[in-house]
Amino acid sequence: MDVMPKWAEVVLVPLISLILAALISALVILGIGEDPIAAVELMVTGALGSTYGWGYTLYYATNFLFTGLAVSVAFHAGLFNIGGEGQAMLGGLGVALACLLIPWPHWTLALLGASLAAALFGAAWAAIPAFLQAKRGSHIVITTIMFNFIGAAVLNYVLVNVMRPAGSMDPATARFPEAVHLPTLHDILGVVGISFSRAAPANITFLIAIVACFLVWLLLWRTWLGYEIRSYGKSEPAAKYAGISPVAITMIAMLISGALAGLMAINNVMGEAERLVLNAVEGAGFIGIAVALMGRSHPFGVFLAALLFGFLYQGGAELALWTSIPRELIVVIQALVILFTGALDNMVRMPLEKLFLLLKRKEA
Amino acid sequence: MDFLTLIQLLDSTVRLATPLLLACLAGLFSERAGIFDIGLEGKMLAAAFFSAAVAAITGSVWLGLAAGIASSIALSLLHGVASITFRGNQLISGVAINFLAAGLTVLIAQDWFQQGGRTPSLMGGGRFEPITLPFADALASVPVLGPIYAELISGHSFLVYLAFAAVPLTWWVLFRTRFGLRLRAVGENPAAVDTAGVSVVALRYAAVLICGVLCGIAGAYLSTALQAGFVKDMSAGRGFIALAALIFAKWRPWYALWATLLFGLFGALETRPDVIQAVIGMKVQGQLLGALPYIMTVIILAGFVGKAVPPRAGGEPYVKER
Repeated sequence: MDVMPKWAEVVLVPLISLILAALISALVILGIGEDPIAAVELMVTGALGSTYGWGYTLYYATNFLFTGLAVSVAFHAGLFNIGGEGQAMLGGLGVALACLLIPWPHWTLALLGASLAAALFGAAWAAIPAFLQAKRGSHIVITTIMFNFIGAAVLNYVLVNVMRPAGSMDPATARFPEAVHLPTLHDILGVVGISFSRAAPANITFLIAIVACFLVWLLLWRTWLGYEIRSYGKSEPAAKYAGISPVAITMIAMLISGALAGLMAINNVMGEAERLVLNAVEGAGFIGIAVALMGRSHPFGVFLAALLFGFLYQGGAELALWTSIPRELIVVIQALVILFTGALDNMVRMPLEKLFLLLKRKEA
Repeated sequence: MDFLTLIQLLDSTVRLATPLLLACLAGLFSERAGIFDIGLEGKMLAAAFFSAAVAAITGSVWLGLAAGIASSIALSLLHGVASITFRGNQLISGVAINFLAAGLTVLIAQDWFQQGGRTPSLMGGGRFEPITLPFADALASVPVLGPIYAELISGHSFLVYLAFAAVPLTWWVLFRTRFGLRLRAVGENPAAVDTAGVSVVALRYAAVLICGVLCGIAGAYLSTALQAGFVKDMSAGRGFIALAALIFAKWRPWYALWATLLFGLFGALETRPDVIQAVIGMKVQGQLLGALPYIMTVIILAGFVGKAVPPRAGGEPYVKER
């Protein structure tokens, strides 16, 4: 029953949810005795007022693009992948191994190799939960949560006992060689004569993430496989009746999802830190859930939502720096976005549907 | 390993298992009624903060406990509104609650106490003190049984005894009362319960509220008994270990006790690598012990060691047919 026009479904519902989340966030800021309007002003200047701010905003947005796409692809197959965090962690391990073990002659080749490693490691970490869901019916949400913790333990072990350079106290790998250094937006925009902050970490991965958005769109809406994934997600019995194998689709969707989450490591491990540290993912895997929900699991929506969260993340860091509002404000906003766009979706939708029904009756 | 070390190890097992047990039973009530709850972690964290904060301000640990339970119930109601009233996705609601608690606790802690997201250390009446059971001191010198009674059984805080008492109580409520029968039925076949003229919504809200109370006690235990005060993210994944224990226990109260004790033992061993080395003659990485509950749960979920079958209507909102 489609009582709402498509634009209301695609634009109005998320927008109202977002406004609700913003209003409550403002109340929270008021509640801790700060001025929400001043806070927003500070966030805007901090995140968008300079190329330095933009550089961080886009850097964070790149992370969220990958994890958001990862969650979206799984959503389309009717699967909820909470394991983006662990898959991105393992992707980081893949990148570190590729960058440290292979003497790359040029960064382009290194980027190719590291991307492959990141995607492979990420996909591998999604493979076991996917297999258990497909073959043994274990709930993918629970197994991916467990794999986040197991992944953290694996990484902790590897960094402390295996990959830590001798004599270093830090649980981190050695620095990657100079040859695998990725061009930053400063380098890229410098070619066309635009000056961009040298200190900001945004790099060529941002462009790769945009390409990934396009490819995911192509996959989901322009290929046979994408059609199968979406039909399976809409109705398992119908998909089965149409000859689509649930096992194959579950596996494929989760492997793609894991690979996308793993690819995030190109940005944070290879592009920014240039070594693998503990907690390199910093919750980006979870923000992917908020991004996918807000973006309605559509690559373009994910792109906009990732930019918004990139802005929130950088703006939040500025707030923490200049006011007494802690960085955790962003976690609250993230929670509210997930709550309103994901769980309380019907709270927004039900009254809207009534409204549109009323309008339709008047017309008739 | 000598006898005294064993007693010490089991003693800290009990301490570490208590919050897991309370949270696990909380999840048991909720999931038996068909409401998945991955927000146990967030509820515990919120309760840990509010009980420590109120205990620090008023100096009364009992008021703290009440505040902790109240905050956990508030989040439970949010989960109820999202997943029962508005028939939203229960998993997504749980994720949101976890982040809400993680963010708000630090924000409010910073606003109230300006100590970088922690509460002041609790002293005196602000904490649950260990209770010495009768004759514990007198019997301590009796060989074998004396130390077991004096060290292991006696000397825990009130909440530990409460948690262990909650196991038979949960069993009794779920399997020996009419309410329990209906609650289990609503998790397996809500339509049947509805046909019998019993309100599915009311039952599910009741289950979610009980879940809130138990999570609240678990959180209060963390900050007012296990430790003296709240620190950022102090639940440290315990809500998820409790969730793992719940699957491990196949949604049964007595199994929940053994599962949480086992996971508590892993936690206790993590701090005593010397004991492991002495017993099995091999060094075991701390990370492995930390990850063991999760690995074991995945194996159980895979169905290699006895299949864990969740309540049939779990995770699905109930829509009355018209």
